[in-house]
Amino acid sequence: MAQAHDKNAPPVIRLEDVTRVFSTGDNAVHALAGVDLVIHPGEMVAIMGASGSGKSTLMNILGCLDKPTAGHYALDGIAVSELDRNALADLRSRKIGFVFQGFNLLARTTALENVELPLLYDRSGQFHGKESPAPAALRRVGLGERMHHLPSQLSGGQQQRVAIARALVTNPSLILADEPTGNLDSHTSIEIMALFQELNDQGITILLVTHEQDIAEHARRIVEMRDGRIVRDVPVTQRRIAADELAAAERAA
Amino acid sequence: MRKRALFGIALRSILRNKMRTLLTMLGIVIGVAAVIVMVALGQGAQATIESQIKGLGTNMLMIMAGSTSQGGVSQGAATFNRLTIADYEKLAREGTLLAGVSPVIFSRGQIIGGGANWRASIMGVAPAYQQVRDWPVQSGSFFTDADTRSVRRVVVLGNTVANALFADSDPVGQQIQLRSVPFIVIGVLTPKGQTAGGMDQDDTVIIPYTTAQAHLAGQFRIGQIIASTFSPGEIPAAQEEIRGIMREAHKIARGDDDDFTIRNQDDIAAAASGTTRVMSMLLAAIASISLVVGGIGIMNIMLVSVTERTREIGIRMAIGARSNDVLAQFLVESIVISLAGGLIGIVLGYASGLLLARLTGWAVAMPPEAALIAVAFSAAVGVFFGFYPARKAAALDPIQALRYE
Ligand SMILES: Nc1ncnc2c1ncn2[C@@H]1O[C@H](COP(=O)(O)OP(=O)(O)OP(=O)(O)O)[C@@H](O)[C@H]1O
Ligand SMILES: [Mg+2]
Repeated sequence: MAQAHDKNAPPVIRLEDVTRVFSTGDNAVHALAGVDLVIHPGEMVAIMGASGSGKSTLMNILGCLDKPTAGHYALDGIAVSELDRNALADLRSRKIGFVFQGFNLLARTTALENVELPLLYDRSGQFHGKESPAPAALRRVGLGERMHHLPSQLSGGQQQRVAIARALVTNPSLILADEPTGNLDSHTSIEIMALFQELNDQGITILLVTHEQDIAEHARRIVEMRDGRIVRDVPVTQRRIAADELAAAERAA
Repeated sequence: MRKRALFGIALRSILRNKMRTLLTMLGIVIGVAAVIVMVALGQGAQATIESQIKGLGTNMLMIMAGSTSQGGVSQGAATFNRLTIADYEKLAREGTLLAGVSPVIFSRGQIIGGGANWRASIMGVAPAYQQVRDWPVQSGSFFTDADTRSVRRVVVLGNTVANALFADSDPVGQQIQLRSVPFIVIGVLTPKGQTAGGMDQDDTVIIPYTTAQAHLAGQFRIGQIIASTFSPGEIPAAQEEIRGIMREAHKIARGDDDDFTIRNQDDIAAAASGTTRVMSMLLAAIASISLVVGGIGIMNIMLVSVTERTREIGIRMAIGARSNDVLAQFLVESIVISLAGGLIGIVLGYASGLLLARLTGWAVAMPPEAALIAVAFSAAVGVFFGFYPARKAAALDPIQALRYE
């Protein structure tokens, strides 16, 4: 399968020698020790690495939840390092969709209301006076029938789909998923990867963190980290197609 | 962020913990209700006092012995320290601006009549007293100058005394004894009610001051001289005139202080309602302490709520909420709680005010602006005590908040 992205388009992410140092008391932890990374629109990248290698720290910086100690980060050409708290919030609202390991849905709040949440904080006015895009986002993740269910009434896989719909609803440039399948069984994990692949085929840039090699092989490119550095950055040669795996599992059963 | 959405979020999170919200509100409910009841009682008392003071008489001036400016320091001219009949006569003779003048001699004594026995105040006055006090008779008539000149033993009964002695017959024409001296009842006064101090003004009998001096043994002193003017506008001029006459009567040298005090109705009203105003303000102040305590209750619960919802705050920030959005969310929540508490408190306050009036017979005045002030005040409590927890929520670091278990 051909690369879906255009190498000539400006990158979604450009990191140049980014470091992140946490100082706890006397000793400093170099969670990121000089990371260079370029990700183009339409890419699907899996980040791997041992525990403590700095994957979440990297995702937080990419997601504008945290700022680098040093180095340069441009998101869609915008220099993030210079921005204040409010501008970072605006950037998260406009350009980024988060998917977390623990789903992080608001309890006792329906799927639809959870998905509508980002619209509440939308300051671009792109949805003003228009029909809410939330139901469409839920249909896109296959939960058109479950809009008014509470998280407690949904399975883990379904909850993660709601979270993905929430990440999608504002048309972000980038979806960041930190161990999105970490709390799911292998079959459900593949279902979620099928959804990510489908969204990526529609042109959405996706970055996900995972510990599992077979999950990572659903991406187009794998970046491996160790001790706050990128030690390997390779394209996936034998890319797994989740839809095919699911069909095969169906036949076997 | 849209205001309606903000309100919706607040309402939903409030309704999620109904019992807790209710208990949190209780402080504000009680505080507002207490303030309203206290204000209502205070205003009621003030209104009562004002109407009682109007009931003293029309355009009335009161002359009393002793100077207010001397603050208890003994006066030089001791002989002229008291009011005398001569003072009264001089005022009656020379006062051109005075519609009526009367001395008031106070005493108490045993009254026997109609087969009953009663203790009441006995007042010796001039016929002008009736006009000055604006106190009509219910039956019979008041005594006249002729009665005063002839030192007749005639008596006009206050309503309470009339009812006590002659429950079901007309006292007019009957004979009664005041301190064992026989008198003829010539009139019964209409009821006048209580004084500002709570004394029954109708528990009295009134006789000519000359008769009081001549026939009733014991100490009779002129407590005051009362006078009235023809119109309210003449009160200041009349006050000056009285002052001149009294200084002459008491032979007060130029530059020396008065040894008497003249007060008009406004002075008396101001003094009396001043006291109740201070009282009711004090009560309202004490009641508003409970409002503050209620506010602290809200702050406490909001702090708990911020901690409980740390992860929610993290999620909201991750998906694009600014600090101010989070601040507004919690602030609106605490304002909604305290406003709702305030509204319930108003209803409770008015209801218990009415109930109190019903049960005790106290005068209760419910000023509508008290409700407005209560609403404004409870909203202010919400803002004031909600701000700190809301700030705390807004200042959270999104990453830490998302990690919070
Ligand atoms: N807030 C912080 N304060 C201090 N040290 C931190 C903080 N956050 C992360 N670290 C440290 O930075 C390093 C990288 O942490 P990070 O969470 O990025 O690892 P990770 O690759 O996501 O690990 P895992 O696979 O277990 O999630 C770790 O050594 C960690 O202890
Ligand atoms: Mg991690």
